[in-house]
Amino acid sequence: MKEATGIKEIIKPENLAYQRTEVLVDNTLSYCPGCGHGTTHRILAELIEELGLQSTTIGVSPVGCSVLLYHYLDVDIQQAAHGRAPAVATAIKRLLPDSFVFTYQGDGDLAAIGTSETIHACNRGENILIIFVNNGIYGMTGGQMAPTTIPGMKSSTSPFGRDVKTMGNPLKMTDIVATLDGTYYVTRQSVHTPANVRRAKKAMRKAIEYQKLNRGTCFVEIVSNCPSGWKMTPVESNKWMEANMFPYYPLGDLKVPSEEKGK
Amino acid sequence: MEKELRLMKGNEAIAEAAIRAGVDGYFGYPITPQSEILEYLMEANPYERTGMVVLQAESEIAAINMVYGGAGCGKKVMTSSSSPGISLKQEGISYIAGAELPCLIVNVVRAGPGLGTIQPAQSDYFQSVKGGGHGDYHLIVLAPASVQDMADFVEVGFDLAFKYRNPVLILSDGAIGQMMEKVYLKPYIPRSTVFPEWATTGKTASRERNIITSLDLDPDGQEDFNHKLQAKYDDIKKNEVRFEEFMCEDAEYILIAYGTSARVCQKSVQIARGQGIRVGLLRPITLFPFPSVRISQLAEKVKGMLSVEMSAGQMVEDVLLAVNGKVPVRHFGRMGGIVTTPDEVVDTLKTLFIGGK
Repeated sequence: MKEATGIKEIIKPENLAYQRTEVLVDNTLSYCPGCGHGTTHRILAELIEELGLQSTTIGVSPVGCSVLLYHYLDVDIQQAAHGRAPAVATAIKRLLPDSFVFTYQGDGDLAAIGTSETIHACNRGENILIIFVNNGIYGMTGGQMAPTTIPGMKSSTSPFGRDVKTMGNPLKMTDIVATLDGTYYVTRQSVHTPANVRRAKKAMRKAIEYQKLNRGTCFVEIVSNCPSGWKMTPVESNKWMEANMFPYYPLGDLKVPSEEKGK
Repeated sequence: MEKELRLMKGNEAIAEAAIRAGVDGYFGYPITPQSEILEYLMEANPYERTGMVVLQAESEIAAINMVYGGAGCGKKVMTSSSSPGISLKQEGISYIAGAELPCLIVNVVRAGPGLGTIQPAQSDYFQSVKGGGHGDYHLIVLAPASVQDMADFVEVGFDLAFKYRNPVLILSDGAIGQMMEKVYLKPYIPRSTVFPEWATTGKTASRERNIITSLDLDPDGQEDFNHKLQAKYDDIKKNEVRFEEFMCEDAEYILIAYGTSARVCQKSVQIARGQGIRVGLLRPITLFPFPSVRISQLAEKVKGMLSVEMSAGQMVEDVLLAVNGKVPVRHFGRMGGIVTTPDEVVDTLKTLFIGGK
């Protein structure tokens, strides 16, 4: 009895060090344990709350693991056809120019079936934020090879490892969009350690704030893990990601606004 | 502004009518024989005139998904294309129907299959009225037969789209899109400044978040939704059937034709009557909902019906269902981009129903 009373003494609002952000809905996440989507959602939700954007935000969810984004973020959201989120977001932003419009897409959605919509939205310089979660695999459909699967990496459709001679090379979409005149800020981050979470949040905050300037597309890639698809524990998957994904997809800014250079 | 009389192509009339109807956004991609819609809109400065957004998309697929995005915001948005391009849009149209979004789609039909030819045809009937994409859904389908219809059906189409939260298709063809006629243009309707309560316009403190989706992973929920859609289509069938009749009162034979074929058949009726054959014409204006009840009534008092369409015989299946064996029903039509002539129709009617020419 005494102990229980003691815990009640401690559980007080003023003692809370970490809690659900208002923009995150109190629903159980559908993501596998250890997956980076939950953390990425949290960063986005925190920023929408901190920047006071809930009433002007319209998100677009993809087809893939994050199709149910609208179960978790307490903002208006449209669920797009596979790969078409940047086209959907284009029209939303053009018709509601004062809103903050983002897409949230995986690598199958953005870099395979949606390559055209991604490149053209970025090339037109649509004033939207594209969040690209790259785990090198089709997670939801059961771990098939994605355009971003790195050479030698095993998946259910490259069971002996990706052979670039027959299966082609991984597509570095973030590098491609960084070369387009329409993009304003392009960065690649990860959320697998507390330090990386802080860096990713800082980068995404910049991307959202740049959005208000209407100077072009902002593009944030999150290199992430897929413990289920990769058939590893969460800890193993993060180690594997550091050793194998980061050399192929190095973290950092790929394109910063010219007025920010040298700062 | 008063009603204004202009000489215009059907495609141009749709474009001008869209600006005047207070349309918020048009998203398109060039394809013959409908490119004048996009060209006209780009030249007519709609953004300066009404604030209407016009965007040339990178593909038909992108264009229809832009329509999805705009429609999800409760805006009046539209796209147009011709047959191969409409095929590309079908996944997006299915999503729009599944998310119950209002929008206007224009198909200026050319002959197929495949790349086919750029000449007019009516061979996209099945695709238009039976769904077109995956899943159980219907578009409301309007069939214009004149440049005036092309202009008028923009407003009619948006009214129906918003009334039922359902995509509306204007099923035109290359002949009506390209031909020039006089057209009365309506005065401007201001673009709407109020939006439906379901639209994604930004979540305010006074309401729950709005979600636009066609996904329900729970089969019970998805079946409930399918029932809801079917109930909506039943309402549409009950309330929105449109057709016109030409000399059907004393007719022994009925021609059934829409769009360009209906114009051809009007002449056929006159030729046949000149030869003493009592022929009438029923022109469906809505192809979904189809005027099945009226056709069934007419079947009680005529000797036969000839469905005339520029296809291998698609609408004739709906005529057969409506007639349900009461009288003989046959099909006649040219294909491949060839427009049927009035004399061909009369000759075929005589051969099939009366015997000899």
